[in-house]
Amino acid sequence: MNKKVSSLLFEIKEGLIISLRAIAANKGRSALTTLGIVIGIWAVVTMSTALKGIDIAFQNGVSSLGSDNLYIDKWAWFNPDTPWWELRNRRNISMDDYYRYKELAKLPIATAPSTFTRKTVKFRDNIVESMFITATTSDYIKTTNLDFSDGRFFTDMESKGGRNVIVLGSAIAEQLFPFGGAVGNYVDVGGRKMKVVGVLQKQGSWVMGDFNPDNQGYIPIEFLFKNFASRRKSITINVRAPNSQMVEAVKEEAIGVMRRVRGLTYNEKNDFSINQQEGILSQINKTVSVIQIGGFFITGLSLFVGAIGIMNIMFVSVKERTREIGIRKAIGAKKRTILGQFISEASIICLFGGLIGLVFAVITGMIINQWLPTSIQFDAVVLAILISLATGIISGFAPAYQASKLDPVDALRYE
Amino acid sequence: MENIISIEHIARIYQVGLEEVHALADVSLKINRNDYVAIMGPSGSGKSTLMNIIGCLDTPSRGIYMFENENVSQMNDNQLAEIRNRKIGFVFQTFNLLPRSTALHNVELPLIYAGLPKSVRLERAYEALEKVGLADRVDHKPNELSGGQRQRVAIARALVTQPSIILADEPTGNLDSKTGNDIMALFEELHETGNTIILVTHEEEIAQHAQRIIRLRDGLIESNEIVKERTLVGNNE
Ligand SMILES: Nc1ncnc2c1ncn2[C@@H]1O[C@H](COP(=O)(O)OP(=O)(O)OP(=O)(O)O)[C@@H](O)[C@H]1O
Ligand SMILES: [Mg+2]
Repeated sequence: MNKKVSSLLFEIKEGLIISLRAIAANKGRSALTTLGIVIGIWAVVTMSTALKGIDIAFQNGVSSLGSDNLYIDKWAWFNPDTPWWELRNRRNISMDDYYRYKELAKLPIATAPSTFTRKTVKFRDNIVESMFITATTSDYIKTTNLDFSDGRFFTDMESKGGRNVIVLGSAIAEQLFPFGGAVGNYVDVGGRKMKVVGVLQKQGSWVMGDFNPDNQGYIPIEFLFKNFASRRKSITINVRAPNSQMVEAVKEEAIGVMRRVRGLTYNEKNDFSINQQEGILSQINKTVSVIQIGGFFITGLSLFVGAIGIMNIMFVSVKERTREIGIRKAIGAKKRTILGQFISEASIICLFGGLIGLVFAVITGMIINQWLPTSIQFDAVVLAILISLATGIISGFAPAYQASKLDPVDALRYE
Repeated sequence: MENIISIEHIARIYQVGLEEVHALADVSLKINRNDYVAIMGPSGSGKSTLMNIIGCLDTPSRGIYMFENENVSQMNDNQLAEIRNRKIGFVFQTFNLLPRSTALHNVELPLIYAGLPKSVRLERAYEALEKVGLADRVDHKPNELSGGQRQRVAIARALVTQPSIILADEPTGNLDSKTGNDIMALFEELHETGNTIILVTHEEEIAQHAQRIIRLRDGLIESNEIVKERTLVGNNE
């Protein structure tokens, strides 16, 4: 090691030791000073943890519904180009449309009709008010990635026969059967007795609300038509492409086939919409980026306030320790030594604050983990440490510079 | 006699509002190695100002100050800090120790700024504290020490870098006469072992310990005379 480098390292090391001594001598104030940084770092790490969780939850939710899926619907789900009254005036999509589409479309690996309703569901004293119910056929399960924790989906026979069978999402099953054992029991669905044949595995994504499989029940669509709704109700056709590269081709085919099924002439507009998960994803990304912007704004603000606080307290500290600075200068401390001492004091204080904030963030992360599948990200930890160091250096600079510039004679005379 | 300090026609002028205060008007003097000089004079005569300039804490408004044949008047802050660190040991009336640090750390501090490794620093700090009779107080903080002991720590700190000169601005000013005498005995011993000492004092008896007394008045040297009958504490005992 050359001499300059080693003497620089020596100065840095001794400077850090001096700063640590000074911080230890002013514990109370140092602790108070860190508060802003604690909050700032806590906020930034917690936010990134939560966002990561939201992201994972969405991904889970979307992929459990099948990420390569298309939904042929009377309605355009996201950002329709067509005005709503026009959408409203479209002919309903019927079960017949579905069967003809199923027959003609060659590319999809699975298709299923679906429609939704809400019913209150009871088992003994346990009630779920207006549960979201997907009514569909036995093919539906092939259009998704759903797994079962118990039982099975309804069979082709049960589906075609419109039998009184139901599959429950994990959260619903927990509410109705807190001690388990749902499969085989009959629940009351809007006044009808239905046999539970399966319980889905927990998806853990609250973000999708009603569409979250955890909060749903699934019944044969023929049962719905017999008991709850008119056969003329418009349905959604769920289409699963073999893989993501094929999604476009499946979509093209679907447009062609549906135009034929609906008997449209070449100059008539499509009277159906083809919806995609991407729509959901872009919606999600919008939400996430709003949270992100808000979060970074809050973090930035609290770090800024924290930095101002540190700067202020460092100024007070420099003022109070004027005599100490004078003594140090009298016995040979150079300007840069004093500058380094106060900057490293501010940085160490900020780093302590950052680490405390990190500890709080880890605890918060554990709490968030109950709702969102997430944990503290390694890069967030690195970022937190860098941010707190940078805050220390930036906020410590001005007070440190002031300290370094003090005239030793004046400083020694300071009372 | 080897010359350490040579001051020629220096002045130190403070601007206070529109008025110029000549803290030092025109001062010339020489200090040789192993001199023991007392500076006396009424309050406001410029004693501390002169000491600060000699100690490189301050620079003269005009005139030439040569320290060991180097022109201090032209040095920058960094060079001045280095001279203070290596060549000058300060002892102040108010001790000026770091209040929250132990005696040992206070004495070690100049050696940190000198860039010495820890083992050497501790050895020399112990040695210096031993020399001033505080070997058993190394871990005490200033507020756990008496005034005299604090001043000894300050002297140990001044000694520890083996400076060319020790500057003491009223070192006994805050001490009772018995303790003051002990401190003077310590200075005498330091002088006998080859150190160069400049001491500012109000008290004639204290000044009589020195070999030479320089008297200031209104920023000018009034007299500069050899002490004929020095008080030697060591001889009295
Ligand atoms: N920073 C300053 N600004 C203006 N005037 C100053 C300053 N420092 C000292 N003086 C003036 O310079 C003169 C000499 O001051 P100095 O402190 O050297 O006196 P002194 O001989 O040490 O006095 P004392 O015995 O009271 O300590 C005084 O008139 C003082 O008011
Ligand atoms: Mg004075």
